[in-house]
Amino acid sequence: MNILVLMKQTFDPEEKIAFQYGTVSEEGVNFIINPYDEYAIEEGLLLRALHCGEVTVITVGTERAENGLRTALAMGADNAIIVNSEDLNLDEYSTVKILESIIKNREFDIILAGNVAVDYGSGQIGPRLAEELNIPQVTTITKLAIVGNEAVIERDVEGDKEVVMVTLPVLVTAQQGLNEPRYPSLPGITKAKKKPIERIEIDDLHIEDVLEVKTITTETFFAPKKGAGRILEGDIEAQVSELAILLRSEAKAI
Amino acid sequence: MNFLLSEEHQMMQKMVREFALNECEPTAAQRDEEEYFDIKIWRKMAELGLCGIPWPEEYGGAGADYLSYVITVEELSRVDASIGTTLAAHTSLAGWPVFKFGTEEQKQKYLRAMAEGKSMGAYCLTEPGSGSDSSGMKTSAVLKGNEWILNGSKIFITNGGYADIYIVFAQTNPELKHKGITAFIIEKDFPGFSVGKKEKKMGIRSSATTEVIFEDCCVPKDNLLGQVGEGFKIAMLTLDGGRNGVAAQGVGIAQGAFDKAVEYAKDRVQFGKPISSLQAIQFKLADMATKIEASRLLTYQAAWREDQGIPYGVQSAMSKLFAGDTAMEVAVEAVQVFGGYGYTREYPVERYMRDAKITQIYEGTQEIQRLVIAGNLLKE
Repeated sequence: MNILVLMKQTFDPEEKIAFQYGTVSEEGVNFIINPYDEYAIEEGLLLRALHCGEVTVITVGTERAENGLRTALAMGADNAIIVNSEDLNLDEYSTVKILESIIKNREFDIILAGNVAVDYGSGQIGPRLAEELNIPQVTTITKLAIVGNEAVIERDVEGDKEVVMVTLPVLVTAQQGLNEPRYPSLPGITKAKKKPIERIEIDDLHIEDVLEVKTITTETFFAPKKGAGRILEGDIEAQVSELAILLRSEAKAI
Repeated sequence: MNFLLSEEHQMMQKMVREFALNECEPTAAQRDEEEYFDIKIWRKMAELGLCGIPWPEEYGGAGADYLSYVITVEELSRVDASIGTTLAAHTSLAGWPVFKFGTEEQKQKYLRAMAEGKSMGAYCLTEPGSGSDSSGMKTSAVLKGNEWILNGSKIFITNGGYADIYIVFAQTNPELKHKGITAFIIEKDFPGFSVGKKEKKMGIRSSATTEVIFEDCCVPKDNLLGQVGEGFKIAMLTLDGGRNGVAAQGVGIAQGAFDKAVEYAKDRVQFGKPISSLQAIQFKLADMATKIEASRLLTYQAAWREDQGIPYGVQSAMSKLFAGDTAMEVAVEAVQVFGGYGYTREYPVERYMRDAKITQIYEGTQEIQRLVIAGNLLKE
């Protein structure tokens, strides 16, 4: 079974976010594998244990993202691919175009991704990629079993559970609860050093014409601090009319 | 010169740190309170390949280096010194002498079992009447046919009762004094071997420390470690590296206590502001951090020297001396930063303070370290 896993290296959610020159500063920040992608990697390793085959972890990122790949290899992944995104302004659209160009000529039975990345949280990469590759997708999965050419999947739907049967190849995105990611073992860490990382430059992909980003960032800023709440007083009718006025004039919500 | 850890060492440090925080810290206070050694934690460490870090893969080890081992002991001790000491005694006191002096068969049988974490190791040198002066030991071994017969007892044995393999030193020729001491590998099931009383300790209470007893204990000839009369040398060389593991425990204890002190100082408000804004507290924290950094550098340096194959005995003694004192001083100051709360068991710093003391005592007291260092300095 050929298992592909999409991985993103993200900010450690416990880090303090600071701005520098209008963007989020990465100085002295600890980077980790996006926690949802860790579930995806673990699920890939569990699938391999049951069905044999290989787990290949793919990332689009700068050189430091190789750390994340190295950790995935230490956890037990077989291969790793990084597309160098240094000096590139990418959005979900263009990132998926890159991933598509790498994946479309590979054989695969399943693609595992995180449900969402904890940094920018768009949750678009997995679904977009499935569309581009023209394969089915099942998002926010919490259980996965593969029998023959079919996957039986439980997915989290806003706290409820939905069971889906789908034919391979399929793309799934991992939700919390899917599994308990392993620690990379010490022998795993020493072995990871010897496993190759395939490094791809954007120029090698010849997709310049489709790399145009669709998203323009005009400004990056902290969410305004939440002020103290206000409790309206008086009889209900007065409260309602005051609320309507406030929603119109202060909150500009209506 | 390069003071940065390699990518591999950083990855391992992160893994052990997360393991310690997730698997050891939640129960550390309770295990201390109940003096309970949790074998489940040991089994998880075995799964992660932490039980034979510096031993080659051909003997079941992780094939990593001594620096990796030292970092691991530090990170475990940062959360729970009892777990640090369990691994340190297992690796550098029981595993090391088998790796260095064992026959190929002994390594395949005993070192492999220890490296894979299937067996736990212990080191039996100290006796009621011989501590720093180990040449005065009374435990005897007499050869009868194909077996050595051991009689006597050893005390303060880390991992006693839980260990499967005991490296035991016994007198085989009392006239030769220390040159009559011989080392043996003893399995817990050998007839005549038993575990005596468990010590009630001040600190590292969730590690097991017991007496072990030999009553006509029969040890096959094949279980002689090294040569007859080579035991004292083996014991001392083992301690040369072993005390670097104690230094790592000291660094970990100090760092753990320091982290807690910093966190508390930022939170605790007195006189209308966090006490971390008071110079009296700031100076304490600065001194603590500086001592920890110096201890860590000494400790890593000694491990690095062993990895490079250059003499490390003096550096190892220096690291143990300095890091042991640092652990004690920093833990005492951490309690001081916490004030009255620090003296209660509601907060963990009193545990760090109790745990720190042993690093000034075992694997050679601080006074013995000074003898080792001075002896080397003044050697003609």
